[in-house]
Amino acid sequence: MPKNRGEINLQKSTQDYLKAVYSLSKNREKVNNTDIAQKLEVTPASVTEMLKKLAAEDYIKYSPYHGSTLTQKGLNEAQKITRKHRLLESFLSNILHIGPDKVHLEACQMEHTLSDEAEESLCRFLKHPDTCPDDKKTIPACDLPFSNCEECIQLHQKGLEQVGKRNKNLTSIRELKGGTFGKISFIRGEHKVLQRLLDMGLTPGTKIQIVKVAPMDGPVVIAVRGSKLALGTDIACNVFVEIDPCKPIGE
Amino acid sequence: MGKSVIFNQLTGSNQIIGNWPGKTVDRAEGTLSFEGYEIRVIDLPGIYSFSTFSMEEIVSRNYVALEKPDAVINVVDASVLERNLFFTLQLLEMDAPLVLVLNQVDVAKNKGIIIDKDKLSALLGVPVVFATAIRGEGIYEAVREAVKVAASKPKPKHLTYRKDLEEQIEKLQGIIETENLTFGYPSRWVAIKLLEGDTEITELAAEKSKNLILQTKRMGEEFEKHCQEKCFSIIASERYALANSIVASSLQQDEVWHPFTDKLEWFTTHRVFGYVTAFAVIGGLLLWTFFVGTTLSDLISRGLNLIHPINSELSASAPILSIILNGFWGGIDAGLTLIIPFVIPFYLLLALIEDSGLLIRVAFMMDSAMHKIGLHGKALIPIILGYGCSVPAIHSCKIMETRRERLLAAFAITFAPCSARTIVLFGMVGLFVGIQWALLLYVVNLAIIFAMGRIAMKAVPGKSTGLIMEMSSFKQPSLKVVLKQTWTRTKSLIYIVFPIYIVGGALIQVLYIYDILTPISNVMYPLTVLWLGLPAFAGVLLLLGAVRKELIILGAVAILGTTNLLVGFTSVQLVVMALVAMLYIPCVSTMAILGKEFGWKAAALISLSNIGTALLFGGLTFHLLTLLA
Repeated sequence: MPKNRGEINLQKSTQDYLKAVYSLSKNREKVNNTDIAQKLEVTPASVTEMLKKLAAEDYIKYSPYHGSTLTQKGLNEAQKITRKHRLLESFLSNILHIGPDKVHLEACQMEHTLSDEAEESLCRFLKHPDTCPDDKKTIPACDLPFSNCEECIQLHQKGLEQVGKRNKNLTSIRELKGGTFGKISFIRGEHKVLQRLLDMGLTPGTKIQIVKVAPMDGPVVIAVRGSKLALGTDIACNVFVEIDPCKPIGE
Repeated sequence: MGKSVIFNQLTGSNQIIGNWPGKTVDRAEGTLSFEGYEIRVIDLPGIYSFSTFSMEEIVSRNYVALEKPDAVINVVDASVLERNLFFTLQLLEMDAPLVLVLNQVDVAKNKGIIIDKDKLSALLGVPVVFATAIRGEGIYEAVREAVKVAASKPKPKHLTYRKDLEEQIEKLQGIIETENLTFGYPSRWVAIKLLEGDTEITELAAEKSKNLILQTKRMGEEFEKHCQEKCFSIIASERYALANSIVASSLQQDEVWHPFTDKLEWFTTHRVFGYVTAFAVIGGLLLWTFFVGTTLSDLISRGLNLIHPINSELSASAPILSIILNGFWGGIDAGLTLIIPFVIPFYLLLALIEDSGLLIRVAFMMDSAMHKIGLHGKALIPIILGYGCSVPAIHSCKIMETRRERLLAAFAITFAPCSARTIVLFGMVGLFVGIQWALLLYVVNLAIIFAMGRIAMKAVPGKSTGLIMEMSSFKQPSLKVVLKQTWTRTKSLIYIVFPIYIVGGALIQVLYIYDILTPISNVMYPLTVLWLGLPAFAGVLLLLGAVRKELIILGAVAILGTTNLLVGFTSVQLVVMALVAMLYIPCVSTMAILGKEFGWKAAALISLSNIGTALLFGGLTFHLLTLLA
């Protein structure tokens, strides 16, 4: 079911900034202003001004000279817009066969006007893709009130399954920084992989901690049930957790 | 996890090693005399669960359920009790006559974990024994409890899951029992497995009762709808919930700070130092092998030469004597001067690095690089083994999850410079052209392994699986485990490589004496001389090298009648020859293991691509170097 977001659509620029911070901050590390300025092709001065505004609205935590990180609220918005962006890229390139050079720009324009309802239909139409064709990045899980993809599809995608429940505020453990605590909420993947993860103790509701993220898109080490487990990126990006709000994000 | 250590201590040298019938899973069996009992002990494969349909799991569960052993000793790591109880609970579902052995209690205590043995035993309804297998502690008690269990056959305690799940299980169990279906497995276990959607049990059930399958399907769907969750996930969650509650009431965990291992952990997985460590470990391993190997090899061959020096001039005057001495004896000689000095020290140090927990960190750091060739971090272990000898390396590809990954790893291994190829490389290029050229070829070889791995990844159909690897903590390596691991890896050298060396050595000697090699070599002329720019007799060397790679250098010495290879080769020719020798074909022993593990078609295909690669890169190198010279 489509759901009404309680607030008016965010400004396009706000969304662009959140998206930029989200994509630049791998593993939730601080992002500096220069990188944002470069990414958005604006002057550093306007970046500083906008970041202050976003901090005032509780989307980011901003400390001058150190950089910015997303708050939970900011992360949710950023994931939402990133999800729309990557779904649109999938659609534009895989279905409409629009050239790879144009896909990104087109998606950048369309993402701001795409309604949640259209996003949901698009996701179903694309058979619930998990990575974007452009850069193979994870498409964040939707925040729609479905307990799993199947309930949404009814169109079963071959070989792929999921366990656990989709709630709001889900983040893939690939996106998290060492030290973060979370609760397993939802895992998608092939049956064998799911079974193995369950066997290793990653059952829905299990509390885990991100221990370490290897550089160069390497595996993520998590602490679960008294042991440490390394999960390759492709598996880690399909394990979604609910971040423990009582504990700090990252170290 | 100490399971094999306990097995070895129980059975000593009375072991029969083989395969499970029809499976490529290793099987070890032994006998033990204990207080008047003659006990048959079987070492089952080490597994985490009974549910992912790997061959190891099927072998184990069929054994436990169908062969009905008198007692099952479940050896678990005491410091990860909860995860291990998940498996123990599955054994209890099967009504296995269980003895639970908590191994490495000392390590657990170090981590601040205190376990109440009696409480755990009461909760699970099985005897629990503390052990430190490495030091032999607790093994006597384990056997005594196992004998008690075997004699008294205690009724297993009925552990229950949450109510709504139990209702489903009971309903299915009811159908199985009223329809009088016999599976050989306990009916409760069959019911659980049916709900989980286990393919093997579902197929078995489908043969016996359509109704059972229909009911399972209907109930499963209803239950999934009711719980908003998949059955297999509910069952796994329930087992863990039970394991968790058992652990909560029988285990006490204190926070213990380990400054040293924590720092080591930080360093070895650091974004910069992690790679430094990885390269230092691999580089150090190769250097150690090279230095220890050449020193030892020299000593051993001097000793052997005292017994009977190999005489290349024999072949013309006394053919039979030459076959025996140069062929058979040469094979033994090669085995002794290769396996003992190079492979054993290499695997010894590797096992030490592995047991300490360092190797797993290296695999972790290398995961993303391995992904580029369709493998994941774990494949690093077989590939590194390949730098010692391809045969045990290919054997150890079993640790990979799918056939595709085993095949890709084995393919990469066939290009890795094993000890014999390293000898050729350093004996030809290092000695006569310059050590920097030999090292350069080593790097070029690494690039070729990577490139060929990437091509193979695209060519072999299927998807790569991701890494799921337990990161065991750092620990002080145990000599027993290290020696055992080294032996496990070297023994295949003794029963595959050694005989092939001896028989192959004699056979190639026959061909050499009766001059059968030269005509074949002449046929190869366009390739060896025109394309690769090698001397005409190189064809003979390549034929010799197919049996044993280091015969290339021994053959060259024999043909030229001098140890100064510059008499017959130019520097460029030596570089090309060494490069071709590293790539051109798996030796006969390697082909044998490839055929055994993957079938002859795969072995032939791999060999052909080896030849193609060698010709391509050998030829390119020749033409490039001639242009530059």
